[in-house]
Amino acid sequence: MSESAPLLEVENLKVSFIQNRIETIAVDGVSFALQRGRTLALVGESGSGKSVTALSLARLLPSGAKVSGSIRFNGASILDNSEAQMRALRGRQMTMVFQEPMSSLNPLHNIEKQIGEILELHGTRGAANIRARVIEALTEVGIPDPAARLNALPHQLSGGQRQRVMIAMALVNRPPLFIADEPTTALDVTVQAQILKLLKELQAKLGIAMLFITHDLGIVRKIADDVAVMQKGRIVEAGRTIDILSHPQHPYTQALLAAEPKGRALPASATAATLLKVKDLRVWFPIKHGLLRKTIGHIKAVDGISLEVREGQTLGVVGESGSGKTTLGLAILRLIRSQGPIVYLGRDISTLDSRAMRPLRRQMQVVFQDPFGSLSPRLSVMQIVEEGLALQNPHLTAIQRRERVAEALAHTGLDPASMDRFPHEFSGGQRQRIAIARAVVLEPKFIVLDEPTSALDMSVQAQIVELLRGLQVSHGLAYMFISHDLKVVRALANDLIIMKAGKVVESGPAAQIFDNPQTPYTKALFAAAFNIEAVPG
Amino acid sequence: MFGLTRALILKRVRFEAVSVAPVPSRFALSPINQRRWRNFRANKRGYWSLWLFMAMFVLSLFANFLVNDRPVLMSYKGEWLYPVFVNYPETKFGGFLPTTDYRDPVVQKEIDADGWMIWPPIRFSYNTHKLDLPTPAPSAPTWTLKDATCRAAALQKGLHPAPGHACGALEWNWLGTDDQARDVVARLVYGFRISVLFGLILATLSSFIGVTAGAVQGYYGGKIDLVMQRFIEVWSALPQLYLLIIVASVIAPNFFILLGILLLFSWVSLVHVVRAECLRARNFEYVNAARALGLGNRAILVKHVLPNAMVATITFLPFILNASISTLTALDFLGFGLPPGSPSLGELLLQGKSNLQAPWLALAGFVTIALMLSLLVFIGEAVRDAFDPRKNFG
Repeated sequence: MSESAPLLEVENLKVSFIQNRIETIAVDGVSFALQRGRTLALVGESGSGKSVTALSLARLLPSGAKVSGSIRFNGASILDNSEAQMRALRGRQMTMVFQEPMSSLNPLHNIEKQIGEILELHGTRGAANIRARVIEALTEVGIPDPAARLNALPHQLSGGQRQRVMIAMALVNRPPLFIADEPTTALDVTVQAQILKLLKELQAKLGIAMLFITHDLGIVRKIADDVAVMQKGRIVEAGRTIDILSHPQHPYTQALLAAEPKGRALPASATAATLLKVKDLRVWFPIKHGLLRKTIGHIKAVDGISLEVREGQTLGVVGESGSGKTTLGLAILRLIRSQGPIVYLGRDISTLDSRAMRPLRRQMQVVFQDPFGSLSPRLSVMQIVEEGLALQNPHLTAIQRRERVAEALAHTGLDPASMDRFPHEFSGGQRQRIAIARAVVLEPKFIVLDEPTSALDMSVQAQIVELLRGLQVSHGLAYMFISHDLKVVRALANDLIIMKAGKVVESGPAAQIFDNPQTPYTKALFAAAFNIEAVPG
Repeated sequence: MFGLTRALILKRVRFEAVSVAPVPSRFALSPINQRRWRNFRANKRGYWSLWLFMAMFVLSLFANFLVNDRPVLMSYKGEWLYPVFVNYPETKFGGFLPTTDYRDPVVQKEIDADGWMIWPPIRFSYNTHKLDLPTPAPSAPTWTLKDATCRAAALQKGLHPAPGHACGALEWNWLGTDDQARDVVARLVYGFRISVLFGLILATLSSFIGVTAGAVQGYYGGKIDLVMQRFIEVWSALPQLYLLIIVASVIAPNFFILLGILLLFSWVSLVHVVRAECLRARNFEYVNAARALGLGNRAILVKHVLPNAMVATITFLPFILNASISTLTALDFLGFGLPPGSPSLGELLLQGKSNLQAPWLALAGFVTIALMLSLLVFIGEAVRDAFDPRKNFG
């Protein structure tokens, strides 16, 4: 075979699923080619068919799928291969890494066994031999002191380390093709930057071809030589990364590029009254031990945080996962126990019981991260939104409640006529709007937004940010915006606190911190978020 | 003033014509339940089993009008009488007993002379002893008897049937009689009814207690959970059968005493499932959201947490019903069940065992019990399919 022949050639690939005699087309005539040693990024929003494309390359689709077209790998047709031939290919010639490092490793086996298994399946023999290769692979992916960690079980590793182990598993057999399906989406920004750097280095060193699937154009910019933009199962635009990102031709690509949340928060008035003030708030979970359940220590989820939220303004709370920012939000809403005064409109609410809290609940609302988990699947939209209304305004009649719900839905950009439908009939972005409507219908003064955009597609994120900004103006809302996504925070927050391990690292007006971060941690965080290359591994 | 402008904005919006969809009917099935019903119907075996079982059950509920030793309706001396509902003394028809035996030829003659009677299709009740059997009890189904045997019985009654039709002239026992000359069909019909009713009541009550206990444990967790969990472990280790035997030897068990004793132990079966579901559900984000709306614990438990557990409960229900029925049958078979004389499938099986020369007893009992339990299992399978989340959303 000549050098110029591509390693992977996909022509007119079509994948459809048949369920209840209804055919759903997931991939609709996709063609692309991948040369040895290059990186192709497949970009698209959820449901655009990018993951299905990747799975069909390794023939890992569920049995109900109908695949047509041609996939040529190393000159051989993948779709005509027998299952035995495919098994020989997978793990040896083409390997995959998936999004979720929590569930892609078997929790019951140590990492030596999991990496060794792949070596053994593809012909490496001898325990000492395998061990040497495993240690080598772990060294490659930057696991510190790999020989000592061979017996580690997945739960003893951090998310980033787990993803490194996954990459070690994928690359240990030196496959010519490496497929990475959103390998960094579930990771914190700083870890994300490290993993991307690692992938790029390994690719250059081993000369493998990489198919990189992502929804994040920032990552594409850093890692891919070529890019193919997918929408609704088709490739709408493809070419060199530099060309496409600087001169997008297709309207969808343009929209995707424009969708990154932009701009800064609305100017804040310095004279706005303080709505909520928290001083030295602590949430400590006791660690109990022994027969008498003696408390031997505490997990300090939130450890002495002071903050202030002003009327009509947004306080951004930024931190990586595990930094205690969600716990902080729940504690302020008195949904979990905490120590330290929480002063709302001049009144300490930290000691009120649940009955005394009830009238205040209508003024303090919350929107959660997962739009699929935060709406009960058994209630209609109407029932979900009216629930708080029925409790907080018992004098309203059913018709009045319906009107108020319709109004709240209209405010959040949903069609009020759809109020009797159920959550599963809505998309992620629409569900998040329903969750916002549930909070807004009570006409609150203060809303805790716990990562409200993290589970959404980029273009939907921008819409939700716009919606939140609009509601803030029209309803005079104060937000506490919890997020790890600095781009979104920049678009909304007036003030900012940066959290790490339950403590405040840096706080102050948002503009000031973004322009001139003071602490090393904040600097690293910003560097990772806004310029992925700049972070040392 | 900010508050004022805000109120103005809101007011303006409120006056805009926001289209309000009409209130949906209260009885409309939610889309999820519609899909479940479709999935249930897709399981043909379970769907037909449900119809067959319901038909049998509804018919057995009206057994008093279909299988009884009293007329449904009669007219005597110009008066309308309802013997199924009212216990008329025999003195009314010229006799002397406190209750009337409508099968007595003398009484029949008296009534027919002065009015008419409408009989149910089968003129035996579960406790009717047939006095003029052609053979000694247990008597075989009438259609298996020899013509000569029937003729002797017919002659005794003063009938003179044509040759070869002697058995047709007699009153038929379709499945024969048991060893106390009671009609097997009548006992099967009433036995089926009492078994299913017993099972339904037991399953409903034990689900109710089990779900409540499980929900409280799962939702509140902590010490309540710990204490109740240990209690349940001890409780379910008690030997149920011995306890029943002891109780049965002290007091004669009737329907409700049996129900109570079995209930003491059967509620435990659902607790674990419901508890696990509630433990899971109480950390759902929508439960947290409801808490943030100000809902109380009880409201959250009933509205948001319990529906999750109901899927498991409803899926288990046909199998719990099955277990309840089998337990009753087993106790009856061992002789610790319903009081003597009650129509009971277990007792019929026991008779079959002690009268091996009369295979119709054991066969009839076996076929009925097997059919009933199989139908319930098929229905249970279909219910399980209907509530399978993978079939709903996959």
